Amino acid sequence: MRQSKSTEITVGMFVAAGLVALFVLAMKVSNFTDFTDEAGYQVVAEFENIGGLKVRSPVTMAGVRVGRVAAIDLSPVTYNAHVTLNLYGSFDTIPTDTAASIYTAGLLGEQYIGLEAGAEDEFLKDGDVIELTQPALVLEQIIGQFLFSKAEGE
Amino acid sequence: MIDTIRSLGRWGLSVFERLGRGHLLLLAILRGVPELFLRFSLVIQQLFSVGVHSVLIILISGLFVGMVLGLQGYNTLVDFGAEESLGVLVALSLVRELGPVVSALLFAGRAGSALTAEIGLMKSTEQLSGMEMMAVDPVRRVLAPRFLAGFISMPLLAAIFSAVGVFGGFLVGHGLLGVDDGAFWSQMQAKTDWYEDVLNGVIKSIVFGFVVTWIALFEGYDATPTSEGVGRATTRTVVHSAFAILGLDFVLTALMFGDV
Amino acid sequence: MPLVKIRDLHFYRGNRAIFDGVNIDIHRGKITAIMGPSGTGKTTLLSLIGGQLRPDKGTIEVDGQNVHTLSHSELYALRKRMGMLFQSGALLTDINVFDNVAFPIREHTKLPETMVRDLVLMKLQSVGLRCARNLMPSELSGGMARRVALARAVTLDPMMIMYDEPFTGQDPISMGTLVNLIHRMNDAMGLTSVIVSHDVAETAEIADYIYLLSGGKVIEKGSPEQLKRSSSQWVQQFMQGLPDGPVPFHYPGTDFADDLLNGEVSA
Ligand SMILES: Nc1ncnc2c1ncn2[C@@H]1O[C@H](COP(=O)(O)OP(=O)(O)OP(=O)(O)O)[C@@H](O)[C@H]1O
Ligand SMILES: [Mg+2]
Repeated sequence: MRQSKSTEITVGMFVAAGLVALFVLAMKVSNFTDFTDEAGYQVVAEFENIGGLKVRSPVTMAGVRVGRVAAIDLSPVTYNAHVTLNLYGSFDTIPTDTAASIYTAGLLGEQYIGLEAGAEDEFLKDGDVIELTQPALVLEQIIGQFLFSKAEGE
Repeated sequence: MIDTIRSLGRWGLSVFERLGRGHLLLLAILRGVPELFLRFSLVIQQLFSVGVHSVLIILISGLFVGMVLGLQGYNTLVDFGAEESLGVLVALSLVRELGPVVSALLFAGRAGSALTAEIGLMKSTEQLSGMEMMAVDPVRRVLAPRFLAGFISMPLLAAIFSAVGVFGGFLVGHGLLGVDDGAFWSQMQAKTDWYEDVLNGVIKSIVFGFVVTWIALFEGYDATPTSEGVGRATTRTVVHSAFAILGLDFVLTALMFGDV
Repeated sequence: MPLVKIRDLHFYRGNRAIFDGVNIDIHRGKITAIMGPSGTGKTTLLSLIGGQLRPDKGTIEVDGQNVHTLSHSELYALRKRMGMLFQSGALLTDINVFDNVAFPIREHTKLPETMVRDLVLMKLQSVGLRCARNLMPSELSGGMARRVALARAVTLDPMMIMYDEPFTGQDPISMGTLVNLIHRMNDAMGLTSVIVSHDVAETAEIADYIYLLSGGKVIEKGSPEQLKRSSSQWVQQFMQGLPDGPVPFHYPGTDFADDLLNGEVSA
């Protein structure tokens, strides 16, 4: 039972089409490209509360993505969240006194880290720590505080 | 009363018997798979009749499912002013659920039933016995290549389905309803995760391909060798495959996306 | 020592005993015929010898090996040395005549295509169907299909061939050719042949030994001459094809008159 060339060619085309589809799903539809992050350097920031921040949440500066969250741990000493940021190598002129805050995209969107540039002449490099941080706004806490202050005021 | 219990018991036993036979057959098939790599032309032939012949139905269905998702999604999202997220909705629905599930259902109807009928007919015309007496094991020669072909085809078909579906959603969303194309793609890319969503969808389709092909081959091989027997077996393939796909989909979804 | 040794064979279909203590010896290099009324289990017997069915009791040895205690691979190794012509032909319906005959060669050997072609054409020539090689099985008549199946059964030159009704559906000319062919193969290649057939005259012409089966037992055995001279009425009726005699023509059951009078409408 030899098969004709055309069978082989059609099967080849079928398999290729399937692989192309997978490739499209990878490159065009999903965030696969992010895994090929340009090499970067890592800095650390400690937050009192990170809310819903996740590994691989974006790190932005003035709205431009400059990196991603690489790891999240709990510091055993301070009981703060110990967040490692992977910043892309091309953004290598971020001042050392830069501040990091956790924001929410829209009212209910995903959380990300926003950096505000400081004024130092020295730049952040691998292993540095961002000292100035501002924790995530936790909606429940805010509402709680609001109600509490209301009650106090009366 | 006693009779009812007795027939219930007999039915239960026969279910277990079939279950046992099905698993033994699967073992025998899997044992025949390694040697196929030495005779891959057998698999290519089956890839042609199992995979290639299913492409058209997958393309058309994928396109339309994507277009419908675009329409329905837009109508819902526009109320929240979130129509930019249409891409996310279309892509996630397809990649996680509809791609693997719908293409597996179509595959069962298109390729599974054909496999069952083919094997059942080969059995009823003594072709399988004939092979046995020529010292050619029909499980290895006939079933194993079909199994491997089904197993390979299913994820490819599901990927084609999803990709075409996303394109269909884009056609409707951007072309018809005027959603900004930049937002469509960028939001989709930001929210669709390669591991969590795409790869889990691929895993689903691999599982479905395995199960559907197995059911189809077993039903054919186990069919009563008569015209009616083969007809029934074909029906059973489609019904059992549908149950298996939907049931497994629930289990897999719970395992993969349940613990967010 | 006989090539096939069947001892105390019992086989049941449901409650019906198809074989009820059968002993058969098939000797090497000889043509042994198995004859008997339709439905006595001749085809079943061949399937038992080929290891496709399992006896309920008794043993079947082929070439000294007990067929039903062999492992999967041993059984397949043994089957490589057996050829079988199925009653229905059992051709593979989606490949043509040539590929059907080539099938066992391609499966079991790594011969180059040119040699496969030569072998196949030789076998097809011997059954008179060389020029029908491009037809599909669905385009063959019953008799032609049987001849293709015969060519296929002998392609690997087995030590033994079982023919299930090789002559049925053949015109007198091809029948003569087939009888000749079977005879020649036996003599030339030292094949052992088992023929299941109803064609008494043709079978008696080439068989060295005949077993007559009926009612799950061996009724008579011997060389064709011995059977023709047998004093048994049963044997005489069968060998001469007389309608009246001890051999029942009907599937066992109730009396015809009873059936008519009882008038069960449902059946
Ligand atoms: N799959 C089966 N299930 C139940 N009974 C069967 C089955 N196959 C055959 N039989 C029964 O076994 C008996 C023997 O069948 P078999 O085909 O061996 O007969 P045979 O001697 O070859 O007849 P013929 O000369 O007509 O070919 C028959 O009476 C038949 O009713
Ligand atoms: Mg028969």
